[in-house]
Amino acid sequence: MPDPILSIRDLTVEFETEDGVVQAVTDVTYDLQPGEVLGVVGESGSGKSVSMLSVLGLSPSARIPKGEAIFKGEDLLKLSQKRLREIRGGPMAMIFQDPMTSLNPVLTVGDQIAEAVLTHNLGTSDDDARKRTVELLEVVGVPYAERRVDQHPHEFSGGMRQRAMIAMAIANNPSVLVADEPTTALDVTIQAQIVEVLKAAREETHAAIVLITHDLGLIAELADRVVVMYAGRVVELSDVYTIFNAPRHPYTVGLMNSLARLDAEQEWLEPIPGQPPSMIAPPPGCAFHPRCSFSHGRLVCRTDIPGLRQIGEGAAHHSRCHFAEELEEAHVVAGAAAEEAR
Amino acid sequence: MRPQDREEVAVGSESVGRPASAHGQVGSLALQAEPEGPLGSPEAVVASPEDLALVYEAGVEPEARSQWAYARIRFFRHKLAVVSLFVLIGLGLVAAFAKQIAPYGFDELDLFNTTASPTLEGKHLFGTDLLGRDYLSRVLFGMRTSLWVALFVAFLSTAIGTSIGALAGYYGGVIDNLLMRFTDLVLTLPGFAVLLTAAAFFGTSSPLKVAVILALLFWTAIARIVRGVFLSLREKEYIEAAKASGAGDMRIILRHMLPNSLGPIIVNTTLVVALAILTEAALSFLGFGIQPPNPSLGSLIQQGQGEGTRLWWLVTFPGLTIVAIALAINFVGDGLRDALDPTQRRVRA
Repeated sequence: MPDPILSIRDLTVEFETEDGVVQAVTDVTYDLQPGEVLGVVGESGSGKSVSMLSVLGLSPSARIPKGEAIFKGEDLLKLSQKRLREIRGGPMAMIFQDPMTSLNPVLTVGDQIAEAVLTHNLGTSDDDARKRTVELLEVVGVPYAERRVDQHPHEFSGGMRQRAMIAMAIANNPSVLVADEPTTALDVTIQAQIVEVLKAAREETHAAIVLITHDLGLIAELADRVVVMYAGRVVELSDVYTIFNAPRHPYTVGLMNSLARLDAEQEWLEPIPGQPPSMIAPPPGCAFHPRCSFSHGRLVCRTDIPGLRQIGEGAAHHSRCHFAEELEEAHVVAGAAAEEAR
Repeated sequence: MRPQDREEVAVGSESVGRPASAHGQVGSLALQAEPEGPLGSPEAVVASPEDLALVYEAGVEPEARSQWAYARIRFFRHKLAVVSLFVLIGLGLVAAFAKQIAPYGFDELDLFNTTASPTLEGKHLFGTDLLGRDYLSRVLFGMRTSLWVALFVAFLSTAIGTSIGALAGYYGGVIDNLLMRFTDLVLTLPGFAVLLTAAAFFGTSSPLKVAVILALLFWTAIARIVRGVFLSLREKEYIEAAKASGAGDMRIILRHMLPNSLGPIIVNTTLVVALAILTEAALSFLGFGIQPPNPSLGSLIQQGQGEGTRLWWLVTFPGLTIVAIALAINFVGDGLRDALDPTQRRVRA
C-alpha cells in the first residue's frame, strides 16, 4: 500500500461551553490514500465535520489537546497560520455544505473563483486568472461559462452554485479535497448531477476526497472506503463493499436498517431507537450501548470502552464493538441494497 | 409594466423559466424544430441547447443585475428621497461654485446700503447686514463652509469608525474589548463640553480644525455599527469558505466583509453629515466655531440674532438653509436605508 497522503492520528477536539467541556472528537485515527474517496459517515454531532475543520484550522474555538494530522510530511496541527493559509485552498481544498450561503453575494462568481487562483499563484495576471476561471467553470459543467463568470451568485441556481464552489475548490489542483456534505442542501435531481461533477473533479485533479456525509446513497455511489463515526469516535472502518454487506458494528447495522429500500416490502422504516448521547457527559463504557440492540444489557458494554480492533483476516476491516463477531450471524438486510447501488 | 416589475425573472435565469418576452423570438423557432409538447402550449416545448444559445446570443435573457442595481431601483421608488437628493445636489453645486454664482464677495462692503431689506427688485436679494455686505453672498459662502466641514467630518469619522469597528468585529476577543472600551470612553465624554474645550484650546481659526475636532467625536456610532455587522458577517459561510480557500485576514476584511457592510456605513455617513452641519452651526452660534470674517451658517445666525425681529432676514435665511440641508440629508438617509437593507426588500416586485 502506498504512503497515505493524509494521516490522522489520535485526534481529539474539545469545545469549552457554559455547560462544560464538550469532547466532540476522541482519538480519531485514519489514513487517506492518494486518489481514493474516503466516506466519513455519522449522525449530526458525531464529529465527522469538526474533525476535518479543526485539522484545517477552520474551527477557531476548538481546542486540540492531542493528535496529529500529517499531510505531505507536515503536521497540520502544528503549522503557523501563514503556512496553513498556503495549504488551504492550495493542496488541500474544501467544498462546503450549503452553496446558497457559501458564495459572497456582492462579488461575481468569477471574481471569487479567480481569487482562489490569485491567492495561491502570486503574479498571475488578471487575464490568465479569468481564463483559468472560465476553464474551471467548464470542467464543472456550468454552461456558457464565458458569460456566467461575470454573474453574481443570486443569478445562479443551487446546483450551479455548488458547481462554482467545486470549481473554486479544484482551482489549484488540490491533492486532498474535503467535501463536507456536498449534496445535503440540494434537491435530489441536482444531487445526482453534483455526484457526476465530483467524479469529473476527481478525474481532473486526481485528488483524494474526504466525503463527509450522512447520505449512504452518496457513499455507495462514490466512496472506496468508509469511516463510520459515532459520538466522536471511529466505530467502524472498512472498504465500502464490506460496510454495506457485512457491517460489524451495531450502529452501522442500525444505519443500514434505517434506510428506505426499494427491493423489499416495508411497512415501516426501522430507526435506531433513542437519541445521540450528550457529548458533555457521554454514557460510560461503549457510547452506543443505551441504543444498542445487540448489547442485551451485558455488563462489559456499560463499563469498558471497546477498542478499535481488527475483524477477520484482512487488515482493512476494524470495528469498535465488544461483540463484533456475533454480528456475523445477525440478519443483515442492507447488503443487497449496496450491490444494487453499485 | 415598469422596468422594475421584472425583478424576479432576473433570478435563476438558467432554469426553464424563460421570460415571457423571449417566446416571440425563441419559442417560434423551438416550435419548428420540435413537435408540440404534451400540453400543446409554447411553455411545454423543451428548449434544446441551441435554442438556449440563441437566447444568449440574441440577448433576450433578463439583464443581469447586481445588488447595487436593486438598491438603486428601490431608492428611486422613494420619491421624497429622490427629491431631497436633487435638492442636495443643487445646494452642493451652488456651494461648490459660490465664487462664480454669488453676486458679491462675502466680505464686500456696500456702506451706502447697510441693513437693506430683502427685495426682488434691488441689488440685494437677501438684503444686507449691518456692514452692508450682500446677505445672499454671505449665505452662499456660509453654506460652502458648512458643507465642506460636514463632508470632511463625515469622511474622516467614517474612516476612523469603520477601521476600529472592522478590527474589533473581525478579531474579537482582547482586541475587540480594548477597542470597544475605548469607544465607550469616547462615547461617555460629554460631547459639547469637550467640543467647547477643544475649540478653545486648539483654536478654531480654520474650518479644518473645527472639522477634525468634530470627526474625533463622531466616529463612535459608526464603529459600533460596523463592529456589529462584522460580528455577524464573521459567522457567514462564505467567509469560512474564503478562509478555506486560503484568503488572509486583510483580504477577507477588505474584499469580503467591507463590501457587505457598505449599506449601514453609507446610511450612517449621511446621518453624520446632517449631525455635523447642526453641531457646527451650534458651535459657531456659541462663538466657538468658524471665526469671522469667514461666514458659516451657524456664525451668520449668531451675528444676526442680536438684531431681533427688526433685521429678521439675518437669522431667517441661514436658518432655513440649515433646516433644508438637514431635512434633505435625513430623507436621503431614510431612502438609502430602505434601499440598502435587504430585509426591507418588498415582496411585491
